[in-house]
Amino acid sequence: MRRRALIDFRGAARVWQRDLWVYRDRWLYGLLPNFFEPLFYLLGLGVGLGYYVSTGGQFGQDYLAYIGPGLVASSAMNGASFETTYNVFVKLHFGRLYDAMVTTRVNMEDVAVGEWGWAITRSLIYGGIFLFITLFFHTPLTWRLLLAVPAIVVVGYCFSAIGLTFTSLIQIIDVYSYYFTLFLTPSFLFSGIFFPVKGRFPTALVWVAQGTPLYRAVRLVRGIVNGHWQGLWFDVAYLLVVGTAFGAFAVWRMQRRVIR
Amino acid sequence: MQHAEAVVEVDTLVKRYGDVHAVDGVSFTVARGEFFGMLGPNGAGKSTLMRMIYQVTPRTSGSLRVLGMPAGERARSIKQRLGVVPQLDNLDEELRVVDNLLIYARFNGIRGVAARRRADELLTFADLNDKRKAMVDELSGGMKRRLMLVRGLMNDPELVVLDEPTTGLDPQVRLNLWNKLEELRTQGKTLLMSTHYMDEAERLCDRLVIMDHGKIIASGAPQALIRENLPPFVIEARAGAGEGEHLEGAAQGLGLGAVRSGDRVSVFVADADAALARLREQGWRLERAFVRPANLEDVFLKLTGRALRE
Repeated sequence: MRRRALIDFRGAARVWQRDLWVYRDRWLYGLLPNFFEPLFYLLGLGVGLGYYVSTGGQFGQDYLAYIGPGLVASSAMNGASFETTYNVFVKLHFGRLYDAMVTTRVNMEDVAVGEWGWAITRSLIYGGIFLFITLFFHTPLTWRLLLAVPAIVVVGYCFSAIGLTFTSLIQIIDVYSYYFTLFLTPSFLFSGIFFPVKGRFPTALVWVAQGTPLYRAVRLVRGIVNGHWQGLWFDVAYLLVVGTAFGAFAVWRMQRRVIR
Repeated sequence: MQHAEAVVEVDTLVKRYGDVHAVDGVSFTVARGEFFGMLGPNGAGKSTLMRMIYQVTPRTSGSLRVLGMPAGERARSIKQRLGVVPQLDNLDEELRVVDNLLIYARFNGIRGVAARRRADELLTFADLNDKRKAMVDELSGGMKRRLMLVRGLMNDPELVVLDEPTTGLDPQVRLNLWNKLEELRTQGKTLLMSTHYMDEAERLCDRLVIMDHGKIIASGAPQALIRENLPPFVIEARAGAGEGEHLEGAAQGLGLGAVRSGDRVSVFVADADAALARLREQGWRLERAFVRPANLEDVFLKLTGRALRE
């Protein structure tokens, strides 16, 4: 028996609102680390390591300015990932929260879309704060920074969908160490945040790196902040297409998992 | 005529998981205002059947209409007018007591003053007024169960589905919950409850079905079910070690229905004094035998040869 999988976005918005209510009670605890993390990264890698790195970077700026936008992108990735991995898994598996939600007018498809939306919100908070902190490290205050905000949303859209897909497939929480160690960590190191991958590795590996969503995300945010627009449409399209494909699969899988 | 008022119409409904027939062709109808029960042991298919009724388990075959609407295609509309109290505690631990209720109102499209007024009413109904700002994990087991109950009532549902609502509760907490359920019935709500406690079913339900292995093996009003299947009394007797089988045989030799579990023998009788006298004539002392009215547990035992809880 096939069920019509139409999304009710009002229902999704109410699930998003539930997450907001929970966050509302404890945003201060949750938010503080988001300020310190960029501070430490920019101090340690930008100011510290940057002193020894003086090849000029891609756009001729100092190392700190080179890595800043990339770190904004990876921070959005992290926000989306924490939310759609451990947080969603606990609600799905231990709290049986979704089993409760779907006894109301809300269907599981709506729940999944709502959680996707909330994860994008979290990545916007993470990435937005990071972007704000870079201002204290001589990032020029330009109107282009405003354009970086929707770029963060696009990055969050893609990584939330990927995280949600992983969560929809696994049965035990320990498996996330694979997701973090084998996907997120190499993405973080080899997506051009700290050095241009081209030329440093064999061509095949460079292709792999360039195919990762974070590589596209870093290119996008860096391009916007520096006003280098060429080819950015491709990065946006890439992130949206990958995000939509993974997201659609995740919504379908989550539905099958709870409605059984 | 009753059909026009049917709140739940189940017809040869089947749910299969691989080769397992969790629900194996059941049919029944629940009328508006009825307190309808499903009695059966664990694994009888009660939960699966209820999940199908509250639209979170798709059916394999058969037909199902809830509140006059076809299941599946009208799932949202059905769920909006239906309240669910699931078997497992799935309250939102990250929200306060009152927010657990308010977010459920939101999920069903009720907001603002209407939602807050409803939450206040129900917190009073559930005796949870002084816990409204508490976190869920500060509540006792009984309080949590009452909160689960009123959470399912936030949308003022016409039909309330309760899956084993008192399993694992203390006797006085159960009694308290029974009173709440009876109060709901007097408010005119239709209630559909599963249980494996025969006393609960006997006390609360107008009508019930007894389920085993995914099938309905008997249905009717509790007292009628007992009357139709058994004589009115049961002699509970304990034979000497290893003698249970002989006592069972002796009772059956007198033309009485009897079932045995170890050396404990239950004998179903119309006239208990006469039966006891005839057994004693045969030399059975039956010193600790006592007589009680037949109940639904006995009906289940008679129909399946097994106890409800094993």
